[in-house]
Amino acid sequence: MKSIVAQELVKSYGKGEVKALDGLSLEVEEGTVLGLLGPNGSGKTTTVRVLATLLTPDSGSATVAGIDVLKHPDEVRKVIGLSGQYAALDETLTGWDNLNMFGRLYHLNSAAAKKRAEELLERFSLTEAARRPIRTYSGGMRRRLDLAASLITKPKVLFLDEPTTGLDPRGRMEMWGVIDELVKGGVTLLLTTQYLEEADHLADSIAVIDTGKVIARGTADELKNQVGGERLEITVEASQIAEATRLVEQATGAKPTVDAGIRKISAPVNNGSASLIQVLRLLDDSKIHPLDIGLKRPSLDDVFISLTGHVAEVVVETEGGKNATKRK
Amino acid sequence: MLQSVSDFLVITKRQLLQMIRIPEVLIFATIQPAMFVLLFRYVFGGAIDSGVDGGYVQLLMPGIFVQTVAFTLAATAVGLAADMQKGLIDRFRSLPISRSAVVIGRTVGDTLQNVVTLVVMGLVGFLVGWRPSSGPVKIFLGFLFLLAFGYSMSWIGVLIGLSVREERVAQNLVFMTVFPLTFLSNAFAPTTGMPKILQYFAEWNPVSTMVAACRELFGTQNVFGATANSWPSQNPILMSLIYMFLLVAVFAPISVRKYVRVSK
Repeated sequence: MKSIVAQELVKSYGKGEVKALDGLSLEVEEGTVLGLLGPNGSGKTTTVRVLATLLTPDSGSATVAGIDVLKHPDEVRKVIGLSGQYAALDETLTGWDNLNMFGRLYHLNSAAAKKRAEELLERFSLTEAARRPIRTYSGGMRRRLDLAASLITKPKVLFLDEPTTGLDPRGRMEMWGVIDELVKGGVTLLLTTQYLEEADHLADSIAVIDTGKVIARGTADELKNQVGGERLEITVEASQIAEATRLVEQATGAKPTVDAGIRKISAPVNNGSASLIQVLRLLDDSKIHPLDIGLKRPSLDDVFISLTGHVAEVVVETEGGKNATKRK
Repeated sequence: MLQSVSDFLVITKRQLLQMIRIPEVLIFATIQPAMFVLLFRYVFGGAIDSGVDGGYVQLLMPGIFVQTVAFTLAATAVGLAADMQKGLIDRFRSLPISRSAVVIGRTVGDTLQNVVTLVVMGLVGFLVGWRPSSGPVKIFLGFLFLLAFGYSMSWIGVLIGLSVREERVAQNLVFMTVFPLTFLSNAFAPTTGMPKILQYFAEWNPVSTMVAACRELFGTQNVFGATANSWPSQNPILMSLIYMFLLVAVFAPISVRKYVRVSK
């Protein structure tokens, strides 16, 4: 069953000159994780805001847990959890106060809200900090508490908008651990990220989004295959480049690319390890001993560049991108 | 229905908790008006010949009370702008709560803070010679009137806070408008000294009708009132009630609508 369906969502800002969403469609199977991957201003946050009932699209439709987002937003709000880019908490109150308040707003009774707050603090290793105001928390602690607040009623569908942006590596690893645990619990998760590595690690499938549209989707492996399969890469002494290049071409049947500066020869291969062994045998026969040799699969970075023509982590300073980011 | 009441009570309680968690905020919010009482009482009080029994302080206290509750607008606007900025409003909007809970909770919370402020100011006023002479019922009604005015001003604050989305912008905007409004009135000095056009403004200014109403309820003759026998200066209580009704009737629906559609 599809837990999230978005069809042809369009949303423009201003007098229609900035299109944040330009016919975006996506689907998420129940109990799976979709990583929405794209640069700043590509429409990730706008998508989440529409699905979480915060923003009405100009056109298009969407359902979350089978409920129409535009027709029955109140029903949708009962089954979703949302954790945004910035920890949306009351800074002056303690962690416990915050969770208790959100518990009451999810209509738990007083005792249940207290119990749930304790449980969540325990689960996110925040029990010790529970009685301290949020403003004394580290970035990672705030994000964990923010996530905890979105889990109060055990939502069927969870939206995490850039859950690790701005965290240091340690905070990011902690957050990944927490999200991994959640996913094991069977929640359907839509996660946005600018980090290819993060999508690769956390998501079952990935939708690459750029200028308000999904431009590719599949598993991380499928996306990598889309760019091309494995490549054989070898590094040799400068004097042996010509000979080695000839041998690689002979073994793989494809014209290798040569980067003389770093003395690296690379060529696409179809049957990875067999080609590798064959190249090694030929090189050995010619008394060439490579300094480095290996099979490389394209990274999601390669995928992103080949799909969009630009690098993922750079903020795209186009007119639309800039405005869309500003208006998030 | 019951659910919506409980929703807004949770939001109101959040604000009361904030007062407990950072008492400095309330302390400073109370020190400022108390300081005003002392400054006006001793700086202007000596210079202004009030001509009422008990001296200038009898006229001053209703003026300062009204000025203080008028600034509820600022507290509401700044508080909501801060919540907007932090994304807290987004989170509230993603919860299954009634659409008016957050803004009603806010206005009620700000009004409750006024209770504390008014009590402190009343005590300071008493210490420096303020003696309301109208009896307990009317004095109580006077304070109720002040709270009601603060509450209705608070609704303008909701609209401002949700519209400007930036704490500092909200702060500046509010001070730029509310300060002149409180001074272009009969709150601290007679309006007869003003240029004619400002006199008319002062006469119809809700702050003036409120101050006049409070002077009446606290049992002091309003000698700072307008010169002409205009309707608002003749019927300050009724006129103030009309203003309060209009403020809530106009700004509450617009503000709730704004909240529903607001987008960070």
